[in-house]
Amino acid sequence: MAHGEDHAQVTVLPPNKEKIKKLWTVAGILGAVTALEFLIAFTMSSGPLKTSIFIALTIVKAAYIVGEFMHLRYEVKVLFWSILIPMIFVVWMLVAFVYEGIAISDVR
Amino acid sequence: MAHSTASAPGRSEWDGGVSPMGVSYGKLMMWFFLLSDAFTFSALLVTYGLVRSSHDAYTGAVDAFTFSQAYWPIPERVYEAIPFFHGVEAPLVFVGIMTFILIMSSVTMVLAVEAGHRMDRKAVEKWMLWTIVGGIAFLSCQAWEWAHFIAGAETGRAVAEGTTFFGANLAHNQYGPPDFAAFFFFITGFHGFHVFSGVCLNFLIYYNTVMGTYDRRGHYEMVEKVGLYWHFVDLVWVFVFTFFYLV
Repeated sequence: MAHGEDHAQVTVLPPNKEKIKKLWTVAGILGAVTALEFLIAFTMSSGPLKTSIFIALTIVKAAYIVGEFMHLRYEVKVLFWSILIPMIFVVWMLVAFVYEGIAISDVR
Repeated sequence: MAHSTASAPGRSEWDGGVSPMGVSYGKLMMWFFLLSDAFTFSALLVTYGLVRSSHDAYTGAVDAFTFSQAYWPIPERVYEAIPFFHGVEAPLVFVGIMTFILIMSSVTMVLAVEAGHRMDRKAVEKWMLWTIVGGIAFLSCQAWEWAHFIAGAETGRAVAEGTTFFGANLAHNQYGPPDFAAFFFFITGFHGFHVFSGVCLNFLIYYNTVMGTYDRRGHYEMVEKVGLYWHFVDLVWVFVFTFFYLV
């Protein structure tokens, strides 16, 4: 059949063991960081320190997902910064608006 | 050849003929779509941050917490139910399971991409199927989470007319200020819709893989492009998880 012919031309390479192992390592790190977040959620009393730790751990997770899973770390520098620089401005926007919100609650 | 063109006198790599960003058109456009989508999600989360920080925070002990309109609720007292264990308090356990499901489906997606690089159709099929299963599992969990949030907890909240209000809608909720439920519905709903779109796209890729479309085409780049989208959905959940459930 036509289908059999199509597949016959394709050369299948063996699994890249090293690469697959690395991907599972990243998955393990993501799982471990999430578990750590749970531990902190129930053992620390809430405050600016707890919030800062959560945000730092979130950025760690985001870096692994974007860098390794989405492969951005290995892309050309122009592409890397085209994606990253706009997001840095977004972080600034978040900080500014949360600060603004606190000011609104003081006025109320 | 591309290199010699770029280094020719008076010509830069931006003058055409080469890809300065080193990726195909489709992948580059997916990246910029995801950047714009990130802006949308950021706008929602920034607004959430503004409104939340303009409300009073609960300052007492976690054990003594009661639902009130006067302050923003603390998440571990709102999301503390798991299916089949009615009345058992398990704060944030269910949302932890959802996070785990989404991370795992991200891993299976990246394994599908790896298999695609090797032109291994059988492995791509296997991992795409697992990714779809993960996506559907996440959506099912979210359906339950919403149903529980809307139906409300045992105690409810006394409203002005002398009746008790249970659960949440867009105007009222038993957990705290009206904005709390509105943001819950909007942000997790918008993310859930992205997951749903992702499952549809993943199914399309799975179908094309089974039909041998990518074998005929000679490459599995579509798996990579949709993979980027799927990882982005996981990435957004990481932020929603932190800002909605942990902080």
